[in-house]
Amino acid sequence: MKCRELAEFLMDYVSGELPEENRAHFELHLTRCRNCREYLVQYEGTVKAGRIACGETSDELPDDVPEDLVKAVLAARKLEPSS
Amino acid sequence: MGSATPVDDEVALIAQLRAGDETAYEQVVRTYGGRLLAVTRRIVGSDEDARDIVQDAFLNAFKSLDRFEGNSKLSTWLHRIAVNAALTKLRSRKRKPEQSIETLLPAFLDDGHHEERFKSWDEPVDKVMERAETRQLVRAKIDELPDSYRTVLVLRDIEGLDTEETAKMLGLSVNATKIRLHRARQALRTMLAPHFGSTAPGKAAS
Repeated sequence: MKCRELAEFLMDYVSGELPEENRAHFELHLTRCRNCREYLVQYEGTVKAGRIACGETSDELPDDVPEDLVKAVLAARKLEPSS
Repeated sequence: MGSATPVDDEVALIAQLRAGDETAYEQVVRTYGGRLLAVTRRIVGSDEDARDIVQDAFLNAFKSLDRFEGNSKLSTWLHRIAVNAALTKLRSRKRKPEQSIETLLPAFLDDGHHEERFKSWDEPVDKVMERAETRQLVRAKIDELPDSYRTVLVLRDIEGLDTEETAKMLGLSVNATKIRLHRARQALRTMLAPHFGSTAPGKAAS
């Protein structure tokens, strides 16, 4: 397996979906290629960074929902009562 | 205000909503509104559009409470409604040619080796992400991804949908969804690397 193929299989490997035979070749390549080991670490790190930055516990989320949104939803609901 | 609703209380909350209890509606908006605003803004790229989408999503959800079967969490159901509305908004916009991300994907030599020698990142991701400015940087870089890549990354890696559901929402095949997610992650890695590695120009700067 070459670095090019390893990069193609990376996502399936990370999610545990790479078939056994390919996984053996993938892991053999990793033991021999420092550059691909580093790429794998950074690929997984990128996914993790996205989750931390934007996920459920992100500091991006406001402590309170904007008051005008709360008021607008409640007011509009009264105009269109649920069936 | 803004406190999470324990899952155990959800059945009671839904019963209150169905009974038309005004305080229950308010509680739902206050509990889930922030996260819905964040995810829709990430998809459509505009605070104003996100606000309109979230407002409509709540109203649509409240109108169709009868269709909420309770086999998913209330928050999951609300997210699906808001995300679908955000994707519809995105599709309705005038299509402009999307910027190629080819230059952000790894390049290979004729013999199949990477062209680039990857430099180790200075710190483990958990550590570097403890800094607020780095979290802000990561969000800014995700926002820079072209629409078709950003949406799949948001749905899969941030919203946590599975490939099949993401493909359905985006109107793509499962295979196309997987390829797009893989490219989005690779492109984002390339965008983050200069800020995470020792050769970083202005590390953790926006």
